[in-house]
Amino acid sequence: MSGIPKAVGFAPRTLRRSFTAKLLLCLCVGVSTAQAPVTATSLLHKEAPEFVRTDLKHRKLDLYAYRGKVVLLDFWATWCSSCQLEMPRFVAWQTQYGPRGLQIIGVSMDDDPALARNMYEKQRLNYPVAMGDDKLGQLYGGVLGLPLAFLIDSRGKVQAQFRGETDLKLIEEQFKPLLRP
Amino acid sequence: MKIGLVGRSGITAFLVFAFLSLPAQFRAQFTPAPAGSAFSIPDAQLLKPEALVQLLHTTNKDKPLILQVGSHMLFAQAHIPGSEYAGLGSQPAGIEQLQNRVNTLSRKKLIVLYCGCCPWNRCPNLGPAFAKLRDMGFTNVKALYLANNFGADWADKGYPVEQGY
Repeated sequence: MSGIPKAVGFAPRTLRRSFTAKLLLCLCVGVSTAQAPVTATSLLHKEAPEFVRTDLKHRKLDLYAYRGKVVLLDFWATWCSSCQLEMPRFVAWQTQYGPRGLQIIGVSMDDDPALARNMYEKQRLNYPVAMGDDKLGQLYGGVLGLPLAFLIDSRGKVQAQFRGETDLKLIEEQFKPLLRP
Repeated sequence: MKIGLVGRSGITAFLVFAFLSLPAQFRAQFTPAPAGSAFSIPDAQLLKPEALVQLLHTTNKDKPLILQVGSHMLFAQAHIPGSEYAGLGSQPAGIEQLQNRVNTLSRKKLIVLYCGCCPWNRCPNLGPAFAKLRDMGFTNVKALYLANNFGADWADKGYPVEQGY
């Protein structure tokens, strides 16, 4: 009798078994068909979700086109002061490690593209930046706080994610082994 | 023991040099919070996430007005059920939107502001939004304390969220 609610206690045993079996079946089907939400952690060692955008210079930005390169995908916004502190280092990395296959790609999560454009010019970013939106954010597990960056290897797989303020030395140590000598 | 002017200048110069020698990341963590940051909100006005969850279950009469004053893009991805988007607190247009939303309300109305865009000491939106409501005469305003961001301190903890505009 354990586990069976009192309300169905009057039903014959076979009926109760049948009811339980159906309930279990329903639960199993429900679990198997329910789509698990993508979280930033669940993207690790999986293919980075593809996206195609137009960057702030009006050029096509297709993540797939960067296969063969190690991509540091950086979500930022002008209201994120930590993001702005990282930018000079990203510019330096693009110059230093670009020839070895590093490609930094920025995605601005600003609501107003004009703000992102101003920051792009002010920081003299030397890597492409596209505007993001809620759909792109959800594709990457929900961008619910910045800074947020993903390290994507040359085969397009997510090798690491960096949430919040992260020691830039740690990021550098993680992408360097993936680059060409 | 007295330290001469030259000695003091030397110490100051050394401290400045040492600070600038730190990697940008660490400098960021030691940089004082910018004026108008969330740090300007008195501790007594802060609300912990678990306390807000309890408030969400209160009856309609006591239910607070919950306003998100950060990024609309973040709001669209996930926000507290029943909360409204009220403009980016760090922008004049956002403050105007907030003002328009609350203008007709009783100054005793319980209003909870939240953002969660970035770590608490870096949030540029909550401080100005809180100051605006205070200046308008609201006496029962709370700010949701999210130490890291909305994802880490609310969504990842299993507190309720909904999507949409």
